[in-house]
Amino acid sequence: MSSDQTMRDLMANLPVPEFESTPWASPPPLAQATVAIVTSAGLHRADQDRFEGRGDTSYRMLDRSDRELILGHWSSNFDRAAYVSDHNVVYPIDRLEELAADGTIGAVAPRHVAFAGNQPDTVSEVRLDTGPAAAAELRADGVDVAILTPV
Amino acid sequence: MCVLAHVLEDAGIATVVLASMRPVAERMNVPRVLYCEFPLGRPLGMPDNALFQQGVLAAAFDLLNAPSGPVLVDYPEVVEAVEAPLACALPPRFDPEIAASVDEAQGLRAAYDRAVARRGATEVGRSIDPDGVPGALADLERLIAGEHWKEVYGPRLDTIGIAHDIRAYYQEAALELAGGPPPGARQAEAWFYEETEAGKTLAAARDALTEQEAPSGITFYMQPVGR
Repeated sequence: MSSDQTMRDLMANLPVPEFESTPWASPPPLAQATVAIVTSAGLHRADQDRFEGRGDTSYRMLDRSDRELILGHWSSNFDRAAYVSDHNVVYPIDRLEELAADGTIGAVAPRHVAFAGNQPDTVSEVRLDTGPAAAAELRADGVDVAILTPV
Repeated sequence: MCVLAHVLEDAGIATVVLASMRPVAERMNVPRVLYCEFPLGRPLGMPDNALFQQGVLAAAFDLLNAPSGPVLVDYPEVVEAVEAPLACALPPRFDPEIAASVDEAQGLRAAYDRAVARRGATEVGRSIDPDGVPGALADLERLIAGEHWKEVYGPRLDTIGIAHDIRAYYQEAALELAGGPPPGARQAEAWFYEETEAGKTLAAARDALTEQEAPSGITFYMQPVGR
């Protein structure tokens, strides 16, 4: 069995917070939407604080121009070599720039967000504190749509 | 990721999750999910393949047209990991007076430095810097030789960070030495654990720590699950 399948099997029964309803934001047409990336890969610039071990609920704001960020997610259980070869495989910022240039999306957000995976099962602090704070920062930048990328 | 989708939608931002764990996404009432059966660590599927990545993004953005949710769609293309080790030659033994892993790490330094110069960044540095890699391997050799971890490290033990940094140093050097297109997922990992002295040393050191009944929190993430 592949390592990925092992991990998928391990995670299949992971305790997760319960959400009884599904929130639904209605974005403007894509060609007018400002798009951000939100990742749980724990990306950060070399000059930003690292993510600490498991259960670090903080986030980093990444500028649109940032490249070659450090992949700060704690786990050893995913392929890191791909990211080293091409950051877009986790953080498709250059792809968004292409889509903005050809008019498919309205704009690339000025800032993007990185959290770290490996959260406690309740994810309460991200849910109630740092998540809403990051969302407010994106809204302040006029973000309409977010693409969420885990590792 | 699925929790953040709820949070962002509550704040008025429409989300699409490129999910890698389908059963988790299914249970969380997430508004829009594109399930991508790609190797973990590659949510966009293929490095250095803009066309493939744009295909994934197009499918993700397409979900924004759904009138209501939750919506969960499978991306039609599956990418499998490749478990065969990366083809990458290792440096010849240079100094027989030192441990093979330490010798090997020193021999890879030039390739590592070229990799960092090319990319302008490195994943090494969570616990030790590149200069510290040979010494960190020498410490692991002491564990294997029977010394207790408290004698080797003192009270602060960060073998997870050390393991991460050693592996990152090796993988960055290997990508530089192998050249060509990016390897398949798990190929660099397989090369490290199956072919390098450092990978074998790391595995043996973890076994030694486990025998010493070191806390599982400091050994679990030293290696991927299944190794």
